[in-house]
Amino acid sequence: MKKLLIALLWVPLLAFASDPELHLDRAPNKANDLPALQHGAKLFVNYCLNCHSASYLRYNRLTDIGLTEEQIRGSLLFTADKVGEQMTIAMQRADAKAWFGAPPPDLTVIARARASEFGSGSDWLYTYLRGFYRDETRSTGWNNVAFANVGMPHVLWELQGEQEMGADHKLKLVKPGKLKPAEFDAAVADLVGFINWMGEPMAEFRKRLGVIVLIALAVLFVFAYALKREYWKDIH
Amino acid sequence: MSCDDTVDCGRRRLIVATAAVGGVAGAAAAVPFLASFAPSERAKAAGAPVEADISMLKPGEMMTVEWRGKPVWIIHRTKEMLDGLKKVDAKLVDPKSDKPMQPEYAKNATRSIKPEIMVAVGICTHLGCSPTEKFDPTLAIEPDWQGGFFCPCHGSTFDLAGRVYKSKPAPDNLEVPPHKYLGDAKIVIGDDSKGA
Amino acid sequence: MAASSSEKFKTDGTLIGNVTEWVDARFPLTAMWNDHLAKYYAPKNFNFWYFFGSLALLVLVIQIVTGIFLTMHYKPDASLNASGVPVAFASVEYIVRDVPWGWLIRYMHSTGASAFFIVVYLHMFRGMIYGSYRKPRELVWVFGVMLFLALMSQAFTGYLLPWGQMSYWGAQVILNLFSAIPLIGEPLSIWIRGDYVITDATLNRMFAFHVIAVPLVLVGLVAAHILALHEVGSNNPDGVEIKKKKDANGIPLDGIPFHPYYTVKDIVGVVVFLMVFSVIMFFMPEGGGYFLEYNNFIPADPLVTPQHIAPVWYFTPYYSLLRAVTYPLFGIDAKFWGVVAMGAGVMIFFFLPWLDRSPAKSIRYRGPIFKTFLAVWVVSFFILGYLGVLAPTPGRTLVAQICSVIYFMFFLAMPIYTKLDKCQPEPDRVTFK
Repeated sequence: MKKLLIALLWVPLLAFASDPELHLDRAPNKANDLPALQHGAKLFVNYCLNCHSASYLRYNRLTDIGLTEEQIRGSLLFTADKVGEQMTIAMQRADAKAWFGAPPPDLTVIARARASEFGSGSDWLYTYLRGFYRDETRSTGWNNVAFANVGMPHVLWELQGEQEMGADHKLKLVKPGKLKPAEFDAAVADLVGFINWMGEPMAEFRKRLGVIVLIALAVLFVFAYALKREYWKDIH
Repeated sequence: MSCDDTVDCGRRRLIVATAAVGGVAGAAAAVPFLASFAPSERAKAAGAPVEADISMLKPGEMMTVEWRGKPVWIIHRTKEMLDGLKKVDAKLVDPKSDKPMQPEYAKNATRSIKPEIMVAVGICTHLGCSPTEKFDPTLAIEPDWQGGFFCPCHGSTFDLAGRVYKSKPAPDNLEVPPHKYLGDAKIVIGDDSKGA
Repeated sequence: MAASSSEKFKTDGTLIGNVTEWVDARFPLTAMWNDHLAKYYAPKNFNFWYFFGSLALLVLVIQIVTGIFLTMHYKPDASLNASGVPVAFASVEYIVRDVPWGWLIRYMHSTGASAFFIVVYLHMFRGMIYGSYRKPRELVWVFGVMLFLALMSQAFTGYLLPWGQMSYWGAQVILNLFSAIPLIGEPLSIWIRGDYVITDATLNRMFAFHVIAVPLVLVGLVAAHILALHEVGSNNPDGVEIKKKKDANGIPLDGIPFHPYYTVKDIVGVVVFLMVFSVIMFFMPEGGGYFLEYNNFIPADPLVTPQHIAPVWYFTPYYSLLRAVTYPLFGIDAKFWGVVAMGAGVMIFFFLPWLDRSPAKSIRYRGPIFKTFLAVWVVSFFILGYLGVLAPTPGRTLVAQICSVIYFMFFLAMPIYTKLDKCQPEPDRVTFK
């Protein structure tokens, strides 16, 4: 058996040595921070929802993060008439393809799609949205540390300012934006928190329900186990 | 049954208790499946209240809006039309609107919030056809016709308050949906909640 | 147990008694109850490994019930909706977001798919360590392997339905396997797809297979599996036949009625299983990207293959067998032999009852050679599974090739090494603490 265990140890080491590492910054968890999610929703509607849809999400679902229907109608509802409608966009896909090369993807479940062995989808988005830098070889003038040769320009550049890639492969802020770096990081964290929430709005309820279900099953286990003991005391 | 040599009461109590707990758990597990039959968010959004602008609706005219896939009529009745309502009372099944085919605020002589504006679901209470408007009092739909609606499917007739005539297949008056006014020119159909 | 008893219920005058007697005169209700539960005598020494049969049945029921409810809302339609998303993909998000409790039903079904394979793999492993496939249970085993095949096709057809990137490209790879068959391969794979690429036609036929054709086969095979088992009686961890020692009434001395003893015991197993199931379903429904793959949250795009494409975890050992074959043979290219290796990797289970020549059934009384072979085989099965998730490199392919040889040697050399092995004598009666 010992030999087998040793075999088990060395074989994977031999085989799984290489895979390019992608370093991702860890996104702060905002799942239970309603004001942050509301701020993120506002940023999302203002900066993302022009080109990207979130077409599986209905506006009135935003009541889950503490907004009232009046607030949604008043400050977020630009692309639809009714709060029950989905967050679609007016841009035609054919136009989008002509303008951007590929239509901007729907973002409703992007946080779930971007998860990988390097980190959660939130981590990727947090790194990506803060990782734009100037690259004159690109037609948009921008490149990205998490998404090489990305087609999207740096939509948040007014807030962040402009970064450049240094010779040491680290980003340097060369032109400050409206927000200080720490403020910008906080704003992106809120935005990413919202995008993550949008991927699975029922996630927090799911976990709460899970606790109740497990407690109920534990009670059932006590009875079922007692019953089994009761019957099996006859078997020798 | 009593406890004797053939019945083990401790074991029986345990069986009953386990079955009870298991039964509750099973019933709880059935809830999501049964609840999944209820209208989805998409259906709810499609069935959400609709707003109708009646500022352009002239006396004697009618407009139709769609609410939950059904035609809802908004009729701007003239003075003559309203007077005609009283004349047909004797020929109607339910002239005083005693049956609950309308919200409480529309249970009156004109079956409406504002006397001249009638709101009704344009679906015959017989088998669900949509009656056609016959506003012209000269038509010979009924003796002494005051204007109203005629259902092409089985010939039921209704007056301009959606009340059904006697001896017709349709049993009830046309339904008045929940509605409310937002100012003078806007009606919300499907929502009669107070407040904003 | 043996020949089916034709016992009929004699009413005791109560209403239930009268109804039972009435039914029994027309349908073998009491006889069936006795044959399969109340007078089915199972060995009393079942251990942990014997929970997985009833659990597999439970998961089948979960999958059928949740599947019926998902079918009410799912749309097998590859065309794009107004937002440019395939209708099938959007309908899954519709289920998860808009249908009341739809998210729970969907997670039950997706978690159930992986749970099914975990339970079935453990159930099959139980058969392997205790020799449950040996005479007289060969047909129980053969029906079981057929069930395994049906389960794999059920999993494959079901995985296409969400119409995400992994659904699409996974199906692309698997359906292209048919094109490896010489001469008829290319037209065959086009016929299976119903198109030159995977399209709406493919999606709709896979939907039909998934919701009705394969489930019917599964249910029928489950019935055959259980009937065959109850004809010959259950094996046990000692691998001894309890029917050889009976009391004056013809009841095996080491047998106990399945009901109530194993029903109450299996209920405990069910509750524990449901707790594990709930932990996954409520706290990690994506199973770390193995139960719901991350790339499957991107709608199917026939023009872009995802960076990392791997089958779902339960197929990866066989996928590794496929990729391990890199040499052409007899003038036919490696692709074909890879498909052969993969198919043989599953089909070889059918022959297990006739490959094993050991005098002892249970691993408890077998010698060191079998134990070593089995342990090495399990390790290589895991390594093959792990490699199947990863992109191939020359090093990994070499490891996969070594493990593939081990995988097949375990079966092919079995007639030799099981005869050479030094087994301990089996006991007369089951051991039971």
